This record gives sequence, C-alpha cells and structure tokens, in this order.
Amino acid sequence: MKMPLSALIGLILTGGFLFCAVFAQFIAPYPVDAVLGGVWESPSATYWLGTDTIGRDILSRMIYGGQITIFVALAASLLSFGLGSFLGFLAAVRGGWIDQGLSRMVDLVMAIPSLIVALVLLSVLPINLTVLIIVMGLLDSTRVFRLSRAVAMDIAVMDYVEAAKLRGEGQTWIIFREILPNALSPLVAEFGLRFIFAVLFISTLSFLGLGIQPPLADWGGMVKENKDGLIYGKSAALMPALAIALLAISVNLVADWILSRTTSLKGGRGA
Amino acid sequence: MHPILKLVAQRLALGLLLLLAVSLLIFLGTEALPGDVAQAILGQSATPEALANMREALGLNQPAYVRYFQWLGGILTGDFGTALTNGQDIGQAIGQRLGNTLFLAACAAAISVPLAILLGLLAARYNGRWPDKVISGLTLSTISLPEFVAAYFVIFLLTQVFPIFQPVAMVFPGMSFWERLNAVALPVIVLVLVVLAHMMRMTRAAILNVMQSAYIETAELKGLSPMRVIWQHAFPNAIAPIVSVVVLNLAYLVVGVVVVEVVFGYNALGQYLVDHVAKRDLPVVQAVGLIFAAVYIGLNILADVIAIIANPRLRHPK
Amino acid sequence: MPDLLEIRNLRIEATSYPPGEPPRDVVLVDDVSVSVAKGKVLGLIGESGAGKSTIGLSAMAFGRGGVRLTGGEIVLNGRDIRTMGAAGLRALRGREVTYVAQSAAAAFNPAKRLMEQVIETSLSHGLMGRAEAEKRAVMLFRKLGLPDPDNFGSRYPHQVSGGQLQRAMTAMALCPKPDLVIFDEPTTALDVTTQIDVLAAIKEAIRDTGVAALYITHDLAVVAQVADDILVLRHGKKVEYGPVAQIITDPQEAYTRALVSVRSIDHAEKPEAPPVLSVQNVTARYSGTNFDVLKNVTLDLPAGQTLAVVGESGSGKSTLARAITGLLPPSQGRITFAGRSLSANLQSRSRDDLRELQMIYQMADTAMNPRQTVGTIIGRPLEFYFGLGGEEKRKRVQELLDEIEMGKGFIDRYPAELSGGQKQRVCIARALAAKPKLIICDEVTSALDPLVADGILKLLLELQAREHVAYLFITHDLATVKAIADKIAVMYRGKVVRYGSKTDVLTPPFDDYTDLLLSSVPEMEIGWLEQVLAHRRMESAGN
Repeated sequence: MKMPLSALIGLILTGGFLFCAVFAQFIAPYPVDAVLGGVWESPSATYWLGTDTIGRDILSRMIYGGQITIFVALAASLLSFGLGSFLGFLAAVRGGWIDQGLSRMVDLVMAIPSLIVALVLLSVLPINLTVLIIVMGLLDSTRVFRLSRAVAMDIAVMDYVEAAKLRGEGQTWIIFREILPNALSPLVAEFGLRFIFAVLFISTLSFLGLGIQPPLADWGGMVKENKDGLIYGKSAALMPALAIALLAISVNLVADWILSRTTSLKGGRGA
Repeated sequence: MHPILKLVAQRLALGLLLLLAVSLLIFLGTEALPGDVAQAILGQSATPEALANMREALGLNQPAYVRYFQWLGGILTGDFGTALTNGQDIGQAIGQRLGNTLFLAACAAAISVPLAILLGLLAARYNGRWPDKVISGLTLSTISLPEFVAAYFVIFLLTQVFPIFQPVAMVFPGMSFWERLNAVALPVIVLVLVVLAHMMRMTRAAILNVMQSAYIETAELKGLSPMRVIWQHAFPNAIAPIVSVVVLNLAYLVVGVVVVEVVFGYNALGQYLVDHVAKRDLPVVQAVGLIFAAVYIGLNILADVIAIIANPRLRHPK
Repeated sequence: MPDLLEIRNLRIEATSYPPGEPPRDVVLVDDVSVSVAKGKVLGLIGESGAGKSTIGLSAMAFGRGGVRLTGGEIVLNGRDIRTMGAAGLRALRGREVTYVAQSAAAAFNPAKRLMEQVIETSLSHGLMGRAEAEKRAVMLFRKLGLPDPDNFGSRYPHQVSGGQLQRAMTAMALCPKPDLVIFDEPTTALDVTTQIDVLAAIKEAIRDTGVAALYITHDLAVVAQVADDILVLRHGKKVEYGPVAQIITDPQEAYTRALVSVRSIDHAEKPEAPPVLSVQNVTARYSGTNFDVLKNVTLDLPAGQTLAVVGESGSGKSTLARAITGLLPPSQGRITFAGRSLSANLQSRSRDDLRELQMIYQMADTAMNPRQTVGTIIGRPLEFYFGLGGEEKRKRVQELLDEIEMGKGFIDRYPAELSGGQKQRVCIARALAAKPKLIICDEVTSALDPLVADGILKLLLELQAREHVAYLFITHDLATVKAIADKIAVMYRGKVVRYGSKTDVLTPPFDDYTDLLLSSVPEMEIGWLEQVLAHRRMESAGN
C-alpha cells in the first residue's frame, strides 16, 4: 500500500522525536542544568536555539525536556490504554452488571472535564512523576474504555461471532481470534490520539506549575520558565511550545492515516 | 404528559443526580485519598501541634460523611466556607470572579459560534474542494495545540511582531464595557482559536451527514434550487446536531478558560482555582471545582434537551 | 411522432477507488439505446450491478456520487438533456420527470409533513396553486388506497407504515403531472402481501393518469405485470429488448431464458421419515419484553429432508431458529434432536449437539471473520470438532471446497476477495465440515441475485442427496420453498398457521393467511395481477 506524504512526514518526525528522547544524553550538546551564558541570548553557533531565563542552553534543555515529556506521556497513555481497553472489552463481552457498573462509573468521571478532576486531585496528592502518570492514565482510560467497548460491541453482534459461539468456542478464542483482530486498527489509531492527549495534558499541568517540578525540565515547564521573555521580544518560550505542537501534529498525521486505512478495509470491495 | 416533557424531565433529573454524584466524587477525591491532608497542606516540617490545629480547623476529627453533608448543605444555602490560606469568604471571592470568567467565555462564544457554523457550512458546501481542504488543514493544526501554546503564539504575533495589543489582560471593577472588551481581546482570540477548530469540524460533519441523506437526493430530483434544498430540507434536520455540537464545545470552552486566564493573568475563576491548587487550599478547590463541573454538566444536559426537542419522532409521536 | 424519451448509445462511467490501488474509471453502462412512448411503461431488469438504476436516473441527467454520463444522447420531449445546463435541468426535474425511490422511508424528509413534501414540486415549479395542489394530492392519496385520504397529508413520515410511504411517494411523483415517472424498485423492500397492493395501486395510477414510466426491478415476474416493453441488462450492457410478451414467452438470449426459468427447480417431495428434529409446544420471548414472539410452535423435521419455514417479517421464523440453536432459550416447550432431548441453553449443550446442528446465515458477508482466510474459516470446525491439523486439515478443506464447486486457489483468499455467491458457498462448506445432521438455513438466498441463488439451491439439494443432511430452511420467498421443501410450515405472528407435506400445504382449501400469502407471490405471467385482484374482489363481494 502506498503511503500518503502527510503520513510519511508524520512518521519521520515522530521517529525523530522518539530518537532524541531515547538518546538525549548523547545528543544534547550541554548538560541540562549548566548555566552557560547570559540571560535570553539569541540563537548563535554556540547555542543553536539561544539561552533561557537564567542562561542555560535551550536546545539541550529541550532535548532533555522531550525525554521527560515523552516518557511521562507514553507511560500515562500505556496505562490508560491497557486499563481502558481491557475493561472495555470485558464490559462488551461479559455484559450484565459488570458492563453496567463500569459504564456508569465512566459516565461519572467523564461528566467533569479531565483538567478539573486532575486539579482537584493534585490539590491533595503529592506531585511527582508516579502520581502524575497514574492520575493522567486513570482519567484518560475512561475514553479508551468507551471506544474499545463500542468497537467490541459492534464486532460482538456480528454473525461470525455468533457462529463461533454456536460452534462452542470458549471466551478466549472469541476475544483473541474473532474480536481482537478486527478491533486492532481503530485501537492503534486511538493509542496515537491518547498519546497526544497525554502530551498536551502533562504540558498544560507543568505550565500551570502543577506538573513536572524543577529541577526536572519538560516542555510545558520550559514555556512557563521563559514566558516573561516574550514581553521583551525574546522568543525562548516559543521553542518548547513549537515542539509540543509539532509532536502533536506528527502523531495526529500518523493516527489519521491508520484510521483511514481501517475504513478502507471495512469498505471491502467498494460496492 | 407529552412524551417530550417526560423525556426532558427525565434528563434533568438525571443531570441533578449526576451533579450530586460529582459533588461526592470531588469531596472524596480531596478528603478520602490516602495521606494526611493536614500534612499535605503544611508540608513535612510541620510540628505536631500545628498538624493537630490544622485537623481541627478542617474538621477532620469528624467522620467523612458528616463533613460531606455539612459541606453540601453549606453550598446549597450559599455558604462555601472560608479559604484556609487567608480566611476569606469563598462565596464572596467566587462572586467577584465568576462574572469575569463568564464575560470572557461569552465574548469567545459570541465570536466562535457564528464563525464556526459559517466555516463549517463553507467546508461542507465545498466538500473535498480547496476551501474545504484549506479550512480542514488549518483546523487540524489548531486542534493539536494546547491552549497555552496557542496563547503564546498569539501573544508573540500580536504584541511583538505586530504590536497591536497589550500582553496582559487586567480587568478592574469600574472599567467601562469597551475598556473591558479591549482588555480581553487577546484571551478571546486565543479561546476562539482553540474552540473554533473542534466546533467547525463537528459542524461540517453534521451537515455532510445530513446532505448525504436520501431525502436530499429526493429534493434535488424535484428540481429545487440549491438554496431551497439547503433551507427547506437540510437545515431543519441539521439544526439539532449543530446546536448540540455548539453546546458541547461551549462546555469545552469552560475548561479552556482556566488555562487562558493563567496565561494572561486574568483575575477570574480559573486563575483562582489554579492558585489555590498550588496552595493546597482544599475548601476553595472543592467549591470552584464543583462550579466548573456544574456548568459543564449543565451545558451537556442542555445539548441533550435540544436534541430531544428537535427530534420530529419525539415531537409528533405515532 | 418521436417518442417521449429516446436514449441512444448511452455510456456512463464512474471513478472507483479500490483500497490500496490508484483510482480507475469503470464503465457502468455501455452503448444502451431504448425509447419510451407517451403513456407506455418500460421495464428495466437485471441483477445488482447491471446498471438499471443508473440508466433510470440518467433520464433526469442525474448521476449519484461520482457517476458521469460520458456518451450518447438522452432525448426527452425532443431535447437532448445531456447538453442542458443546471437551470434547465432543475426546470425539467420534478416537472417533466419524477422519481420514486426504493426506500421511501429514507427518501422522505423526516422533519416535514407528508403534504408539504407531496405538493412541494407543484408549488416550486409554479405548476399550480396550493389549494389546487392539495386537492390533487388528496385525490391521488385516495386513488392509491391510502387510509383517510383527506387527513393523510398532515402526518409525518415516521407516523405511517412502509407500504403507505411507498404509495405516498408515488403520489408525490404523480402530483406535478409529469410526462415520465421513474420507479426504482418501489416494492422490493416490502413484504409480499404488501407488495401486491402497492403494485396494483401503482399500476392503476399509471393507467389513470396516462403517464409514461421506467420501472426498474430485479424481479421479472413483477415487471411483467406493469410493463409494455422490457430491457434486460447485464453488466451495463443490453442483453435483450422487446415487448413484454415476447420476453416472457419467447426469450431469445440464453441469459433471458435463465431469468425466465429461474426458480423452476423441480424437487420431488421425499416420503415421510423418522424425525431428526422435533419441536414441541415451544413458546419464547425476548428478555425485557412481555410479548411472546413464538407461540406454542410444534414441528417435526424428518432426517435428510427439508422443512421450509415461511413467513413475512415479524412472523417469528428467525426467532424459531434462535430457539433451536439455544441462543434464545424457550420459556416453554421442548426440542428433541437426533433422539436426544436438547438443552434449552447453548452453554449446557454437548459438543456433539453443537457439531451436529449447524447454521448458515443470510448475510455471508458478516458471517465470516474478514481477518481469516477461507482455509481458516472452513478448517476451524475440523480442528475444533475432529482435532485435525496441518496437512490433513488442509487436504480436507480442499475436499470441502471441491464439494461446493470452488476449485483450487481459494483456500488462501480472504472473504473480501470473493463474490456474493462464493461467500455463501464457503459458509455452506464451513457448516458441512462439522458433518452435521441438521443445517439451519436462515434466508440464505435472499441477499443473492436470482441466478446465483438458484445455483446455491441446487448445490444444497445435491449435498442433501449425498450427505443425507436435513435443512430447516427459513425464508420469506415462496418460489424458494417450492424449489427445495419436503415439508412446509407457514408462520404468522409467532404461530404456525399451516403445516404439513409440501403437497398438502400448497393444495387448497387454504386458511385465510396462507391463501393471501400464496396468491400474493407474483407469477411470471402477463395479467396475473388483474386475475388475482379480480378474484379477491369477487371473494370479498361474496362475503
């Protein structure tokens, strides 16, 4: 199958971000916390993206910041995805009170905007990486739950699933051989969207001062550190902001492509 | 009773029930979590006496359900309690700020709703042609921006590159309406940008969905003019989905407001909430959290009610 | 005098977007020429994909989706409408030509009252005033046999039945006094006892208003009742074109002959034999409802024979299948299968019970997992019930494929790469793989074109002769019943109203419902409709 240009660009950029995140220690020109130059120096041959509010190299901090942002977002989306899809499938296949109980609980959590729930929780909980990952993962698992439940329900009423039941197949076969292979593509696309959501969420929390705490740096926190420079025409805050936007757009492009492939497969012979 | 009234009443009752459950969730989320709340507020270095005093002040010595009903009863009678950090009356503090938040949200809604519907119509009208592609491409990129990122791009563009606006949005009591409007221009632009993309995409989808119906083909085969097809046949059926799209996105706007207020130092409810989360001032967080949740739930119910009323099958039962 | 509509050398193309391949142009209609004189009815007949709807809409110069009219002339009232601009076409559509869709339920705007929609064309084209248009609409409602014609128009589409909507759409098409009406499968979605009334109403309205019509259908017996001429189409090309009498009685082309003789499979009834399945006093309802969908049903199915269960939508025939398979445990009654009492609940049935009772579905598309190959689909029962694996399993799958007349090369394909008939054959092979004593066939030929359906029926009969398997054959189509059944049960509103050997059930005297059902099935015979109607009028006058 031929890949559209947009998906290719998205894939390359996403790969690039991941590469920088994994090998940050080897790529970053300077240590994350070294105060090297003046305040808000302009980009130069020494400091490619300039320096920040206390004279640290922005490029280096962005590479390390990307590591943290991507790590936290990935961990949170893995949690939300694993938990949400497991419970969603369970609810769809088992039905009855398990489905009712889980669905009503999800309705309740989704009745309040995630950011508000997170703020309420973070007003009590200690703010550290583990807590952030768990809070974001749990909150977002509600969305994965709804999607995977709906997808599994759609498949569970198909005649081929009924045929498997009539044959006497067990639940393991029905979930893993009949339902899962047909649910995979929309779920993979959903994983991309959940990851974007986690990136935006952690960045927003850090920007509000309620996410990643100094001395660790992440992109949202870097925007916060450097935001005052904007008034003096210093664009330092825009660099991490740009990184957030670019990562989100790249993953979006890839997810869009996966989703469109799914629908064309479903469309069958185009009759 | 007319079936519509019954459905609407059911929906409202369900909403009240949901709100009650949410209040419980907010209360439990802050009071029943593992860890000592007093410790969390005062930090690790607090003396045992200070902790004991704090517990006393929070009423932590009473069982949780008693405190919940006290809290809920207080809110129902308009008493939100006092802030831990400065002893200020929370109800009063909210009263001063709620108006500012609603003003900001209303300005953003007044611009984004008509604009989104217009762009959505345009994109649907030229489905797959260049206006659609341009609009869809632009919205795809703004959907990927968190509010604060969009905000700083806008600030940089409109205060530095093109110095048109002030980067801070201060409002004071006693400002005239026009002064206020001028002060909130930047935050409104950001909110419009953020909410527009979602609203427009969903409007476009809703219209396209209607335009693909068989009855639109029937209308075309009647030889009706395109305008008549749209106004007489598409519009009456598209209005319900569009209205619910709009209302759902207004609910989304309510959340966007929190971040945007912080970015611009706009003295309103969102800023108040974030400040007090950092200070771990529980009574404030609970009260403001509940207000945001109530607005959000209220808007969602409104969307449902409109969808119910607009459905001809429900309006004219068999 | 030139004809009202003359289509010459019409060519229609569309762009197809196969997944994973570059888009390409496909020819939907190629070099088709027909003409319709004033007041005459032309029937367009063919299987799905024959291009009949596409040709029908071309008479309004309308193409669905990316369909383009790329060649030929469409001359209506002396003008080539292919060369007309948008404004000219708008003036023509709804005034000179109108359209009746297959699904009136979807074609009516749900938000507007019926009257508004029926008279809309007459008003917007300035053909008549509101009062006159409403008067004409009421007249048409009355002529089309709609209930309470004076107030019918004040209802909303969802407030009336499917058959009534179809008539209302006919009224909507006739209201502006067009020269030509296009009927696009107007009765296909209806039950057979409803179809005959709508068909009669349409025919009478055509005759009384003197309008010309293009009548599109896949059912030759239906079109024989209304058309003057018939154009037989296949794959977008003309097969045969002539007066209806000639097409029915003296078809020239092999394909037309096949269409005419379709469903004329002869199947001699087998002698009575001991039952493999015995259903006794079964009553069932869906959970959460307080209405029995099956009421005290009692049936026997002799081993190696076919019991056809006939009924219209809502008769409970598919529910009967669910009760027998254990998907819907009956609230009362018992089912005996192969000499053993069958547990009501699927979960508590033995593996042999499950193996010996197989099922084939109406929609082969959704009955096969799209992510499994034909080999996996047919091989799974072999593996599951008989423990076959590896080369042995593959060999047996190939044998089964040979049995359903699908040779080499299919074993590694996916369902999406098969035609409709091939898919249904694979489902049959999957059922056969379990070596069943009974196969429940739920409307297995209803979604297929007549010739393909014929092939499937023949295959089923051959397999029955060879494997001695019994069929519980659920269908709404009486021609299929005649072709395949040894015994017949007629169901109506959850009850068996008539039951016995094929000859007994199909021989008078009938009960009222069976009489209505049997006499409503269109026969490939000119004048059949009039005879039935005359007969019914006589009977009701007699009562």
